[in-house]
Amino acid sequence: MMDTSLLVWIILAPLLGAILNGGFYFYHIKKKPIPEIVFSIIGTGTPLIAFLITLTLFLDMVDTGNTYKQVLFTWLHIDNLNIAMGFLGDNLAIFMSMFVTFIGWLIHIYAIGYMRGDEGFGKFFAYFNLFLASMLILVLADNPVILFIGWEGVGLCSYLLIAFYYTDKDNVLAGNKAFIANRVGDFGFLLGIVTLFFALGGVDLNFASLEANIGNASPSLLALSGFLLFVGAMGKSAQIPLFVWLPDAMAGPTPISALIHAATMVTAGVYMVSRFHFLYTGIEGIGIFIAYIGAFSALFAAIIATRQQDIKKILAYSTMSQLGYMFIAVGLGFYSSGLFHVLTHAFFKAMLFMGAGGIIIALHHQQNIFKIAQHRASLPIISATFLIGVIAISGIPPFSGFFSKDAILAAAFQEGQYLIWLIGMFTAFLTAYYMFRMYFILFIAPNKHGKSYVYTSRTITIPLVILAIGAIGAGFLNLPAILGGEHMVDTWLSKLNSTQLHMSHLTEYVLMIVSVAVAASGIFVAYKKYANFDVFKPEEEKGLIANKFYVDEFYNIVFVQFAKKISRFIDKVIDDKIIDGFIMSSSNQFIEFGKKVATIQNANVRFYAAFMLIGMSAIFIYLFFSLGL
Amino acid sequence: MISLTSYAFVSMILFSIGVIGVIARRNIFIIYMSIELMLNAVTLFLVTFARYHFNMDPQIITIMVISIAAAEAAIFFSVIILLYRSKKSLDTDIFTTLKQGEKL
Repeated sequence: MMDTSLLVWIILAPLLGAILNGGFYFYHIKKKPIPEIVFSIIGTGTPLIAFLITLTLFLDMVDTGNTYKQVLFTWLHIDNLNIAMGFLGDNLAIFMSMFVTFIGWLIHIYAIGYMRGDEGFGKFFAYFNLFLASMLILVLADNPVILFIGWEGVGLCSYLLIAFYYTDKDNVLAGNKAFIANRVGDFGFLLGIVTLFFALGGVDLNFASLEANIGNASPSLLALSGFLLFVGAMGKSAQIPLFVWLPDAMAGPTPISALIHAATMVTAGVYMVSRFHFLYTGIEGIGIFIAYIGAFSALFAAIIATRQQDIKKILAYSTMSQLGYMFIAVGLGFYSSGLFHVLTHAFFKAMLFMGAGGIIIALHHQQNIFKIAQHRASLPIISATFLIGVIAISGIPPFSGFFSKDAILAAAFQEGQYLIWLIGMFTAFLTAYYMFRMYFILFIAPNKHGKSYVYTSRTITIPLVILAIGAIGAGFLNLPAILGGEHMVDTWLSKLNSTQLHMSHLTEYVLMIVSVAVAASGIFVAYKKYANFDVFKPEEEKGLIANKFYVDEFYNIVFVQFAKKISRFIDKVIDDKIIDGFIMSSSNQFIEFGKKVATIQNANVRFYAAFMLIGMSAIFIYLFFSLGL
Repeated sequence: MISLTSYAFVSMILFSIGVIGVIARRNIFIIYMSIELMLNAVTLFLVTFARYHFNMDPQIITIMVISIAAAEAAIFFSVIILLYRSKKSLDTDIFTTLKQGEKL
């Protein structure tokens, strides 16, 4: 553990960017316009600084094996509760912040091209930088309370960005939905921290001492705390039952979707569970619970994604599905596999979203895949990178998605969780199917109009190409031993894992072949069905799946209407009748009393004089007797 | 030699008459005269004590009171004239503008 003064600058760089951009934006709208280039330089420069600092620390860690810690000051000191404004740069945190800053930076660059000419250009970059800063606070936090600041920060920024075009009511509603669904999770998270603090008593609240003292706490309190923290993770990482906000979050501009889905926000839940790995390893049964939540979320989202028509919603459901895989891994104790999937997913999902954004911009904000196919535009770089992303997410070797997904499924198989393994396999099939359905409709299905070439900005295509290289190559970072790799990510994060993969090479080969075959069959089915699909006769949006299993409607009836009824009851009955009645009646009593007293004031001068006389006489008599005059 | 008590007694009687006049009578002139009567009762008291103690200070106060009462009379009469003009009456009980609940 080494002290360093660099760690906090990873956070401060984007935070300063946010403040500068915000200030300049105010100047821009109040006084005189500032050219977009200023916002672009600040907006993309600061994440780059953060990335370079992280890289420096990372290279040093590789060399020396140090971990870093920086305590700025004691933030709260109440009795034996001691909360320091401290930041921790251990293997896990640096691993996360490496790709958060890198992919975040690329998305910032992409956003320059995407948002060009938008009125709120400066505001957008201010929010964007703030988003990144919040995520980095979350990642680098040394104690759960600081982590919670970042946790709330990403929630706030996602709200601001989803409702970015706030003049449209739908966007505002989507923002509200994201914020409220996250509040439910955040409340669980907060309770989880409090429970953890109670369970551990007077221990200093930072991860190192929590881990050291975890054995002294009562198991039932720890289990409760672990569950509540996981409720927070469900909200942030869009797992059943708190996933409803994620598809609606597509209302925001596409770079935001890319940032939320790839680098920040949704990965926070997985990261948090990994951060509390010492807690989850100790609780019996919760791992399986997490894994099942993940498995069902993965399956559920994949089924819904097969019938969606909005390009961004398909991607949103696929994110939820992939997050399910990550939770399977962390639930079973294979934290490094889960985080490796976070990494590879960040690359290909950012790329897919950016590609989708490029298509949407080229076709003037058309998001329906059939309509996009009808007015097909020639976008060579975007279609090529899109294909790479689709292959990567489907799990075809040697693209990155294969290695990370296969590691998770192998883990489930080894742990004897065959049901989870089967669900995972079926989800992999569906993933390949719905991703290629989208690809075939968008780029392959015949179109009589022919193509029109659309110019795409360099700032959009360059990040895409970089990410494409990542999406192909990231898998080799954790190449399994049987394929001649060194498990670099697993080694880097080996401290977290509670179990190891140890299966015979034969089983491993068989599993790999099975998962490739499953993915390939998914692609084949999609090819049969959609490669020659007539895009002028789009599928009808009917049935259970196209309507997302009516979950939104169900939640609307059960939670929203119920909450509305309760609110109305409190408003009309408890507030109006009981509380107001009590307060108004007491005030009426005073008014009545006042009116009675006021009748003394009858404008009769002689009456006043008599009163004065009586009063003065009374005072005189009192003085006479009391002072003994 | 008339005793000090007698002077004090006369002065108190005068004062009481003044008080009763203010309280009991409705004519505004009578009230004014009653107020003057109370003032004079007090000045009489002061002058008595001045003589008794051979001290001139109360006499100075008395002169002050008389002169101020003269000035006050001028104001008082003009107010009475204004009141009379507004309601054509000198009955104090009909001037009830400041009563609780009275509309201006």
